[in-house]
Amino acid sequence: MQENENISHEHDDDEQHEHAHDDNDTPQHTHEHDDDGQHEHEHHHEESFIRKYIFSLDHKMIGKQFLIYGLIMLFVGGGLALLFRWQLAYPGRPLPIIGASQQYIDEGEIVTSNDKRWDKIFESEKEELMETHFPNGVIEDKTYNMLFTMHATIMVFFVVVPILVGAFGNFLIPLMIGTRDMAFPILNMLSFWLAVLAAIVMAAGFFVPGGHAGAGWTGYAPLSVDPQWTDVGWGQNLWAISLLIQGFSSLVGSINYITTVINMRAPGMTFFRLPLVIWSLFIVAILLLLAFPVLSSALALLIFDRLAGTTFFTTTPEGGGDPLLWQHLFWFFGHPEVYILILPGMGIASELIAVNSRKPIFGYRSMVYAMIAIAFLGWIVWGHHMFQSGMRPGMGSFFMTTTMLIAVPSAIKTFNWLGTMFRGSIRFTTPMLHGIAFVSMFVIGGLSGIYMANTPVDIYIHDTYYIVAHIHYVVFGGSLFAMFGGIVFWYPKMYGKYMNDTLNKIHFWITFIAFNCTFFPMHILGVGGHMRRIANPQFYDFLQGFEGMNIFITMSAFTLGFAQLILVFNFFWSMKRGKVAEKNPWNVTTLEWEAPTPVPHGNFAQIPTVYRGPYEYSVPGEESDWLPQAQPEHAPASAGD
Amino acid sequence: MLRWLPPNISEYAQGIDTLFELIYWITVVAFVLVMGTLIVFLIKYRHREGHRAEYIEGSTKLEIIWTAATTVIVFGLAMLSFPQWNNLKSAPDNPDYVVQVRGEQFNWYMIYPGPDNEIGTEDDLELENELHVPEDKLVQIILTSKDVIHSFFIPNLRLKQDALPNRFLDNIKFQAREPGTYEIPCAELCGFGHTTMVGFLHVHTQEEYDDWVKEQWPE
Repeated sequence: MQENENISHEHDDDEQHEHAHDDNDTPQHTHEHDDDGQHEHEHHHEESFIRKYIFSLDHKMIGKQFLIYGLIMLFVGGGLALLFRWQLAYPGRPLPIIGASQQYIDEGEIVTSNDKRWDKIFESEKEELMETHFPNGVIEDKTYNMLFTMHATIMVFFVVVPILVGAFGNFLIPLMIGTRDMAFPILNMLSFWLAVLAAIVMAAGFFVPGGHAGAGWTGYAPLSVDPQWTDVGWGQNLWAISLLIQGFSSLVGSINYITTVINMRAPGMTFFRLPLVIWSLFIVAILLLLAFPVLSSALALLIFDRLAGTTFFTTTPEGGGDPLLWQHLFWFFGHPEVYILILPGMGIASELIAVNSRKPIFGYRSMVYAMIAIAFLGWIVWGHHMFQSGMRPGMGSFFMTTTMLIAVPSAIKTFNWLGTMFRGSIRFTTPMLHGIAFVSMFVIGGLSGIYMANTPVDIYIHDTYYIVAHIHYVVFGGSLFAMFGGIVFWYPKMYGKYMNDTLNKIHFWITFIAFNCTFFPMHILGVGGHMRRIANPQFYDFLQGFEGMNIFITMSAFTLGFAQLILVFNFFWSMKRGKVAEKNPWNVTTLEWEAPTPVPHGNFAQIPTVYRGPYEYSVPGEESDWLPQAQPEHAPASAGD
Repeated sequence: MLRWLPPNISEYAQGIDTLFELIYWITVVAFVLVMGTLIVFLIKYRHREGHRAEYIEGSTKLEIIWTAATTVIVFGLAMLSFPQWNNLKSAPDNPDYVVQVRGEQFNWYMIYPGPDNEIGTEDDLELENELHVPEDKLVQIILTSKDVIHSFFIPNLRLKQDALPNRFLDNIKFQAREPGTYEIPCAELCGFGHTTMVGFLHVHTQEEYDDWVKEQWPE
């Protein structure tokens, strides 16, 4: 029974909530791991601990599993970033705490060289993991490659997609369209457990001889193909196999989402009454369904090249392969993937802004059409990653035009978010702060994209920190702020508790400031010509002036990383100790807030009927400033009973 | 922002900096307008007791205006960029000098054709990480790679092109205006020695260059 999880009633008596009575089939039950208690719900059936928390078929539990999975991976990916940020600020200096070595203490300097690496290539000595990757506590150049490769791989495939699509998609789609569960609960469970398997395979790569993949998250061939170029053996294979598994997970999940949205909407829930977050997840599911198989086939070919001696991505006179084929396949997947990362963020931000401005979304339909346009254009812009790749320059002009076109729907969305706030009544709740941060950061990320879309300017800033700044403004400033906002916003519905708002506000402000201090200076590094993926900027004369800036960025990055501990502490602490949540604390119109809190198995006592669009706030002539989707015409507005 | 650009010594790439500056001002103006509006809205329309939000569903007129405005700006930018791009990425007709550059983990090998002006003959000269050119002369680079993908990047020339194994790209050219020594990093991850892969462009005056040639090919 879902309704009882994580509810601790130690505090229950302190908290009186006016709406507690209409969904209080829970209070008998006190312990989250207690599955012997009596349940008094109409969908009553007993579930063992394993069925309930581990191999759960319930979309809400699977959503929460994805959320916690993503948060764990967020710390893995972030930790890797902090390691290589140290190297960029203090090249060649031993890592703090884990790296203080006797040699450094004795001699004050460290001897590392690639010469040793050359000698080691064809030897298979077994060495200590630490000694291999961090000789004398210093990040070796090869380890550095592994660190940024895995940082990006984990963040893209194991954090943002699992949280935005896996967690929010699973939790929100059935609740917001008004149905009891996903169309295929078993596939849904399979999707999560495949993702776990992929994570285990990916994690295993750190422990094999030769270390993990070090060819960048883009895995450009032929670097990724032949171990002789990288000195990486099974790490790269496991990287490819893990992503292949993750691809199946996404595929299974997306089929489920698409089927559910098309077939299982509540009576009256037409497509143009869907909340924008559901639209975004629906579009993203279609993108995943079509894009991931392209990556999967590329990965399969890569594995053949590595293990079976084929030559799809290498150039040998007799082989007939081509390294550029990998880039075309990868980016044909990769660019839709970028929109997979940002579209759910746009959807979530739309919810946060409309609810907290107490206004309908400005131009709801054009918001939907803009997302469809972005999704469509996403298929014909992949070449803008390849302007300098040796692709025929004439193609560059085509891809520049299509890429520039994406500015149009992006601008429509931005102006509509502003329009939604216009003449609103803006409540500065924590989710709203995250929503505003999303819009502002997305504006910077969008505008900086114009530089790279412009082919002549791209010649210079391609593969510099400019692109690093751009991607982080879109994916961290965009997707992750939406994710934080979404977690705070839906937490009461997920866990039946409130998060501590003071901690949330502290987390927001530190994150917002540290984020900008970390990533904004990277634009300047990029303008200075600072290449990405180099382990030691001090090696270059023309980058000498950037040492201070690199140190500043590293300091900010550490602040940013440690600030996330506040969120995670709050997240788990509030499950136990948070104030018990009301059914609809933010006064939201959409259907998920019609369900009791915490949401029982089967979601709704009775499937709601939908009478209107999702953003009926401040409707003239109504007493309350919100008109729930499920409320019949001319009935008095109230919180739900 | 623009003062962080390294000195531009390229005859051809002046247009890149001009476009950069143009886009810079477009984006700064757009950013200030959007953020200014946002901040005004946040202050003006903050929640106050007794005030109610206005029910506005949208405005087709405004949607058309900002869609059209954005389209015009981005297409204008694209139009300005086409000729630049085609010019920058086309092979030169009559280069004064031709040098073949080969990326190979983790060095740039420069192959000079010698007096017979043909690469692949006896009198070729291969130097490691040294590219010698005279100032103000049109130099064509034939770019290739032996192993993995490298990227030939000369920040001061605003020049970048990936080097592909077994392909010989001929559409790289420059005309350097300032004598001096400039770095040629590799801009595409090429393995564990990527960081230390750097060559040097030596731009000589014509006399110096002639002396250098005499040194290398003493008749």
